[in-house]
Amino acid sequence: MAAPRPPFFAIGLLSGCLLAYEIALTRLFSMVLWHHFAYMIISAAMLGYGASGTALALLRERIAPCFNATFLATAAMLALAMPLSFLLAQQVPFNPLELLWDTSQLPKLLTIYLLVALPFFFGGASIGLALWRFGMQAGRVYAADIFGAGAGSLGIVAVLFFMSPGDLLMILAALALFAAAIAAIELKVPRPWLAKLFSGLALLAVVAAHAGWLKIHSSPYKDLSQTLNISGTRMIEERTGPLGQVAVVESTRIPFRYAPGMSLNALDEPPPQLEMFVDGNGPTVLTRFDGNLASLAYLGQLTSALPYHVMGSPAIRLHGPRVLVLGAGAGADVLQALYYRAGRVDAVELDRNIIDLVRNRFGDFSGNLYKRPDVRVHEGEARGFASAGAGQYDLIQVALLDSFGVASAGLYGLSESYLYTVEALQTYLGHLAPEGMLSITRWLTLPPRDSLKLFATAIAALEESGVPDPARRLAMMRGWKTVTLLVKNSDFSPDEIAAIREFSRTRSFDPAYYPGMLPEEANRYNLMARPYFYEGAVALLGPERQDFIDRYKFHIEPATDDRPYFFRYFKWDAAVELFSLRQQGGMALLDWSYPLLVATLIQAVLASILLILAPLAASRARETLPPASAALYFLAIGFAFMFMEIAFIQKFILFLSHPLYALAVVLCAFLIFAALGSWLAGRKQGRATGVRSVTTAIAVLGMVALLYLALLPDLFDALIHLPDPAKIGISAALIALPGICMGIPFPTGMARLACTLPDAIPWAWAINGFASVAGAVLASLLAVHLGFTAVILLAVVLYGGACIAIRGFA
Amino acid sequence: MNRYFIVGTLLCFCCAFPSYGEDYSAKRHKMVEEVLADLAANGNPAPGPDVVQAMEKVERHRFVPDWLTRFAYINRPLPIGHGQTISQPVIVALMTDLIKVKAGDKVLEIGTGSGYQAAVLAKIVKSVYSMEIIESLGKEAAERLAALGYGNVQVKMEDGYYGWPAEAPFDAIVVTAAASHVPPPLIAQLKPGGRMVIPLGAQFMTQFLMLVEKHADGTVSSRQIIPVGFVPLTGGH
Repeated sequence: MAAPRPPFFAIGLLSGCLLAYEIALTRLFSMVLWHHFAYMIISAAMLGYGASGTALALLRERIAPCFNATFLATAAMLALAMPLSFLLAQQVPFNPLELLWDTSQLPKLLTIYLLVALPFFFGGASIGLALWRFGMQAGRVYAADIFGAGAGSLGIVAVLFFMSPGDLLMILAALALFAAAIAAIELKVPRPWLAKLFSGLALLAVVAAHAGWLKIHSSPYKDLSQTLNISGTRMIEERTGPLGQVAVVESTRIPFRYAPGMSLNALDEPPPQLEMFVDGNGPTVLTRFDGNLASLAYLGQLTSALPYHVMGSPAIRLHGPRVLVLGAGAGADVLQALYYRAGRVDAVELDRNIIDLVRNRFGDFSGNLYKRPDVRVHEGEARGFASAGAGQYDLIQVALLDSFGVASAGLYGLSESYLYTVEALQTYLGHLAPEGMLSITRWLTLPPRDSLKLFATAIAALEESGVPDPARRLAMMRGWKTVTLLVKNSDFSPDEIAAIREFSRTRSFDPAYYPGMLPEEANRYNLMARPYFYEGAVALLGPERQDFIDRYKFHIEPATDDRPYFFRYFKWDAAVELFSLRQQGGMALLDWSYPLLVATLIQAVLASILLILAPLAASRARETLPPASAALYFLAIGFAFMFMEIAFIQKFILFLSHPLYALAVVLCAFLIFAALGSWLAGRKQGRATGVRSVTTAIAVLGMVALLYLALLPDLFDALIHLPDPAKIGISAALIALPGICMGIPFPTGMARLACTLPDAIPWAWAINGFASVAGAVLASLLAVHLGFTAVILLAVVLYGGACIAIRGFA
Repeated sequence: MNRYFIVGTLLCFCCAFPSYGEDYSAKRHKMVEEVLADLAANGNPAPGPDVVQAMEKVERHRFVPDWLTRFAYINRPLPIGHGQTISQPVIVALMTDLIKVKAGDKVLEIGTGSGYQAAVLAKIVKSVYSMEIIESLGKEAAERLAALGYGNVQVKMEDGYYGWPAEAPFDAIVVTAAASHVPPPLIAQLKPGGRMVIPLGAQFMTQFLMLVEKHADGTVSSRQIIPVGFVPLTGGH
């Protein structure tokens, strides 16, 4: 009788579904809550895989006689679990905003984490089963697994262009059912009706997806949910895309009138507006424009109008300023530029759906804003455009796109932003005309956070650009709700300083800083207990800057490309004090995102101990504990792999423009190249002990990592303007060598253990699984604190430790 | 076995509804004492006696959803549905005190929410005019306030941008609804010498308060107040 053939197609399909599900979850979490939670999802995936490994190790003997049935059952359970676990997770009333108020939020978070891990448990079980059952053909099974995973992770990005993540979950369920049907055929299961049943169910899932059966419920505290509560509002357009769900809302009864931080002296009312939300966050407003500039007068009453009042050279007056708007959204800043008679406006927007909506669907409403000859719209990422752009501008405006609530609640504390780093500001300054200005508007938070961090970042950027006295090139204006920072490419002239004063006086905005400002000019209109902004700005420009930053109770150290967490203001010292003041209003000043990361780490460690290690410890396996060196080896390579992977994902966000693209491309590339490394290691095992191949791989990895740390920033800068397919190819090529090297230690260690202590293999899996679960979250925590460079170096050190440990279990 | 199950179930029910039969008045008094201590600890002046009395009288547990009544007298914000919250009592006390209202005053509130702030004001002033743009929320609040006997509060489900011109001018205005800017008509409807207070921050997160004062000559000034006694920079390490 011929040896059974592994269900290659089914394995590939299941693996693709799992990776696609992992990436779809980041979209779903962005929509439902505020953050993509990539670190938590990767950790949950590792938990599912790890727990399935432990379950297989313990139940192997019982499963052996009924492989086919178990394989089909786990595939079917995966299909069921993908939509169901998300639906159940949606029923958990987890509210991150209440995390610090209410301890019951922690078990809710844990429930979501475990629910998210469930499909990975079933998926991991089915693939693990196949690898175990077809051990002789493990290489080919592994190849099908990796090929499927690669296709799934990239395929989903393409699918997200036309399908909403909710519908996609049902399609993934259908695919998993279809995989079960194929498996029934491939495995020649004696009950042919099974394949038909699974196919039928798959069709039903497709129908359910088409009918929009799976509804996504966003947090009621998100901007879109709150807006739709208002009587007379309705969503008039919705677009889906990998960068977010764009929703356009009109309000027939109560006009929106969005004018962030408009002067209290203003009497103007904004014209009719539509609001646009991306993943429920926003709004960015689309203002009706009929060509009559007078209707836009309110735009002159915002702090962001400051640069237009300061720019006064005769050439600019004659031809109008050349303006670059980064993050144009629905065009509010473009309108402001037109109001001030800009000669030319370049508007950069990442999301093609938003551009299309403004240009076509709402072209008439917007006065064909994005079709005007004096407005050129560029689809692309702000940093990439600024890096590649050959033009020079009189003004570069970085738009205020996040919402006040989100900014003030610290909801983006863990979100990477390469828009406000020292390197980003240097890039912008490089594209300014000799007298040009960079203008960045942020929400005002009290005590000051964003604005002082931005000011410190601007000082660092000027200093690193070789400006001897940054104090002469900076100005900052605060209203009651917004703050605008100006960074000039040359020293401010006396006329310009007079214009700043006049702008402040007529609008009752307070100057926070300008060259030559007197202390009594601060804090005159919007009074605070102390002139915090002025004092902060002066301290940051003085010799005691570092001391001030260290003593300040929020994290205002300049953000860099290595630590691009501009929105992180959390400091442990202050957190303790604020928590003690929680009943007195202190809680509102704490960011929730950072404690959430710590809570996720704790639950990841506990869950992996309970679900991966404890079952083994409670079984007969406790008698076959691996030697300490082997345990350390698998622990070290587990952590190191995750550190590298997470650091690369975060680092490539800059190059690939968006967390979702970075996650898909980097995960896919690591999977494929690590699998190649495993395959190479397997070929070599017959000839050498493995120690040499691990040492060589780690030595090469260490050198490549150091080389990348030195070269990647410049390389990204030089190539960031390339089209997406080219950047994806380059990313994959860059990951190839480290990926191959990282694929070698695990199978080599396993082979070595198989020779010496085969009964300890389940432990090696489990320990490695534990390290992967905890490592995914720990890497994010370390990146926030120490930066990506440190995380990558730490991974190299851990791999170095593994080199030593492997010699201990020969 | 069954007996233990029944006893256990009963115990669970008891734990789930611990608020029945509780002395809310004592709890409210304790909450007010906590609020006063918190305000003093933060260097805020003690609120006027009328504010204290009002906070002592208004039954906060009537303004939160039934399932949250046991948390009603904890000094924290609570969800009230529709993505809205009832403010932290310390913030309510501070806001009410900041506008310096007195008996005989007429106050406009933009953003009725649960109606709690309106009820506190109603205990002090002659009349409160409250506007809510979330219709169901406004309706619930209006019914609740009427049922509780707050006859001097009028609730209207309308756009608060233009205020309540028929009843203008007002001695004080409280804007609890999130707005991107202060509507100019509201400033116009403030009496000379009047005060307007606006809490700023996300739901559950009032970070600072803005107080707008309209002077006798019609000019306007504003103050921004951090409710908590937290100084971002302190001397030494």
